[in-house]
Amino acid sequence: MSKVLPAGTVAPGFTLRVTPDQNLLLSDLASKPVALAFYPADWSPVCGDQMALYNEVLPEFHKHEAEVLGISADGAWRHQALAKSRRLHFPLLAGFRTRAVRDRSPRRDLLELPLADCRQSRRRWNPGCLGKNAETGGR
Amino acid sequence: MGKLRVPVTPYDHIKGPANAPVTLLEYGDYECPHCGAAHPIVNRVLEHFDSKLRFVFRHFPLTQVHLNAEAAAETAEFAGEHQLFWEMHDAIYENQDRLSPPLLFALARALGLSEVELRDALVNGRYAPKVKSDFFSGVRSGVNGTPAFFINGDQHMGTYAFDSLMPAIAQHLHARARV
Repeated sequence: MSKVLPAGTVAPGFTLRVTPDQNLLLSDLASKPVALAFYPADWSPVCGDQMALYNEVLPEFHKHEAEVLGISADGAWRHQALAKSRRLHFPLLAGFRTRAVRDRSPRRDLLELPLADCRQSRRRWNPGCLGKNAETGGR
Repeated sequence: MGKLRVPVTPYDHIKGPANAPVTLLEYGDYECPHCGAAHPIVNRVLEHFDSKLRFVFRHFPLTQVHLNAEAAAETAEFAGEHQLFWEMHDAIYENQDRLSPPLLFALARALGLSEVELRDALVNGRYAPKVKSDFFSGVRSGVNGTPAFFINGDQHMGTYAFDSLMPAIAQHLHARARV
């Protein structure tokens, strides 16, 4: 099991595709707290739907001048389709498996963690409007 | 296991005796099909435990996915101000398959409520702060989807099937009896 990063650990810088023709640099948001939400795949029942919850809570993040960024291995076009369908109002970053992210990450195992968790939780699928899950509950 | 962070207060919508040993609390969304499916089960559970159980409902509308959920929650609050919360709550779930603004007005009319007053309340967002406060109380308690149930403040980790809810409530009841 991976250890939780201590508070104050600086995230590695990265540049990722945010729309089919735009990139986002993490340093562009350097002055603000940024919540990076790693998830395995657009349209996946459990974790993809988690994005809908962050979307609902978004005003609360903005109240604290924080930004939320979703990151998955999907491409920008697929992100665009998901964002449109779920009316997401925060950016989804594409191509998180690119070398840029993986090689610079001091803790690759942490980047992998959401993927492993989701695979496990899907076995105990419990229907609910956001993929409420019996095993992970509060996740 | 999640814990209810915001305790039940008189501002909540409560069904059943105040001194019931067990409280079942639901975070729900009027447009969520699973909440619609859970609605008759909750009623069956309430009937089963009778005066030993009270039920509390808090709003958890996913407004970006369910476009009628917020208006439905505010309409229930509006009815609540006229002491008709549970009547509206039941009526919305019983007609969930055709949930729409016209339906909400029709239900208000059927309950003898003023459609003009409802329109003004919705346009002005009179009940939006209450719905929002319910939603964030859920977020703080770790609710990540609907329906989410808490039994005496402990999050129910099973499904909303009768065979899951009923024994979980019974367990709390027995735990209380032993104290």
